[in-house]
Amino acid sequence: MSEWAADPSYETFVLNMGPQHPATHGALRVKLRMDGEYIVEAEPVLGYIHRMHEKMGENRTYLQFMPNTGRLDYLSALSYNHGYVSAVERAAGITVPERAEYLRVITVELNRISSHLLWVGAFVLDLGGFTPLLYAMDDREQILDLLERVTGSRLTYCYFRFGGLYNDVDDDFEAGARAIVKRMRDKLPMYHNLISKNIILRQRLEGVGPITGEMCRKYGATGPVARGSGIPYDVRRHEPYSVYPELDFDIPVYEQGDSMARYLVRMDEIEQSLRIIEQGLDKMPDGPVMAEKVPKIIKPPKGDYYFAVEAARGSFGVRLVSDGTNTPYRLKLRSPCFSNVSLFGEAARGMLLADAVAMFGSLDLVIPDIDR
Amino acid sequence: MSGYFKEIFDGGKSLLVGLGITFKQMIQPVVTERYPRTAPKMPPRYRGHIDLVRDEEGNNKCIACGMCQRNCPTGCITIKGEKPEGAKKKVLTFYRLDFTTCSLCGICVESCPTDALEFSKEYNLAGYSAGDFVFDLLKRCEERRR
Ligand code: SF4
Ligand code: SF4
Repeated sequence: MSEWAADPSYETFVLNMGPQHPATHGALRVKLRMDGEYIVEAEPVLGYIHRMHEKMGENRTYLQFMPNTGRLDYLSALSYNHGYVSAVERAAGITVPERAEYLRVITVELNRISSHLLWVGAFVLDLGGFTPLLYAMDDREQILDLLERVTGSRLTYCYFRFGGLYNDVDDDFEAGARAIVKRMRDKLPMYHNLISKNIILRQRLEGVGPITGEMCRKYGATGPVARGSGIPYDVRRHEPYSVYPELDFDIPVYEQGDSMARYLVRMDEIEQSLRIIEQGLDKMPDGPVMAEKVPKIIKPPKGDYYFAVEAARGSFGVRLVSDGTNTPYRLKLRSPCFSNVSLFGEAARGMLLADAVAMFGSLDLVIPDIDR
Repeated sequence: MSGYFKEIFDGGKSLLVGLGITFKQMIQPVVTERYPRTAPKMPPRYRGHIDLVRDEEGNNKCIACGMCQRNCPTGCITIKGEKPEGAKKKVLTFYRLDFTTCSLCGICVESCPTDALEFSKEYNLAGYSAGDFVFDLLKRCEERRR
């Protein structure tokens, strides 16, 4: 913080960023106490689109909650589908056929790439560059088209089912997925030349908005935010689930903790996701995509269950308390964006407003995921 | 001092490289679809709102069991059925879908014992009031017959 900003006799004023603000990408309000262009205090005000998803879970059957999971973080809906079905499968003791797990992982990783692509476009748009958004959208469109052919939807997927998948993929899927891997591999250098190496972007991001590993631990930040601050935490590695242990991929980690580091983590993650998809396609066995003995009405035995997955924005966890009936007793959703936005108040202190917006964008927040 | 000039040089170069990329893109073929002049074709699994399946004779396959109505998470299906005198099976007399609250989850399609439901390929939906999205599927099924 600049010295004069710390002086209490100095006059400050309150500035509202949001709830309708292009840089917050949703209905989020940040109450800023400003000293000129410098932020003295930042306080995110949450709850503008709270929809009681957790409460909804308590008054509908396990299957009926499925569509809700696609509407938390709508940009990586399949990860959320995955987290929820896996939690229920763990509770009800359902084993999933291998082919279904491979397909889950492949589609989730495709979804992760599409989410990161949208983020990179929107992020650069926030910083004033319009062109990359269009290129990112073009590439993302290919992924959405492929997922649409498989799942029937483009954004709010509801594709996984307890014990497997809604339907098997069509014959073109593998060729389509390989084409996307190739296309993205060819396109990534273009993104690096156009965005990562751009002098304007680098000046705006390098050294700006540092988040320390300590801060991430304090607020429970996960995902690319934590990995950009030197914490090599990834649920796919640290609490392996699904078929991830059989796949070979790296966890990109950067030590700097600035906005640029978070950007680079996501760009590297796209590469790693491509590797996962490729290996998944190679290893995917034939066979059924639905377990044989799945009860029509799911009634998990009494107990407390937790399952976490690595969504595009960090660790998404489902805590399920079952009382043995056909509806959950409690369904707690741990959303990564809530933790990631919590550190904004501390991290933004003393920053210039324009830099804070850049840093805010680098957190990659999806507001419906914060409010749930 | 030399570092200063190097930075200017590198910065300028990065901008030129960026411009080169956009220029190359400019002479690429157009990637957008000219909707509504060209209508996109929906893939077979596309999920539009649900519709009743017609059998070979053009009748619906519904036995009015009510599974879809019971399983729908948002209660957007209302059905009525009756047993005509002398008939063995129930016959569907009314099927209303309130598409405003449908989440296209597919649970109704999955839970139907006679596979009487399918997703339509309808995507061009726009209306002036919520009532425009309340569909009488039985009527739609009859209309398709003609
Ligand atoms: S798709 Fe889902 S929400 Fe829509 S009518 Fe069927 S069960 Fe209800
Ligand atoms: S589940 Fe199928 S057969 Fe039963 S009422 Fe619905 S559409 Fe008709």
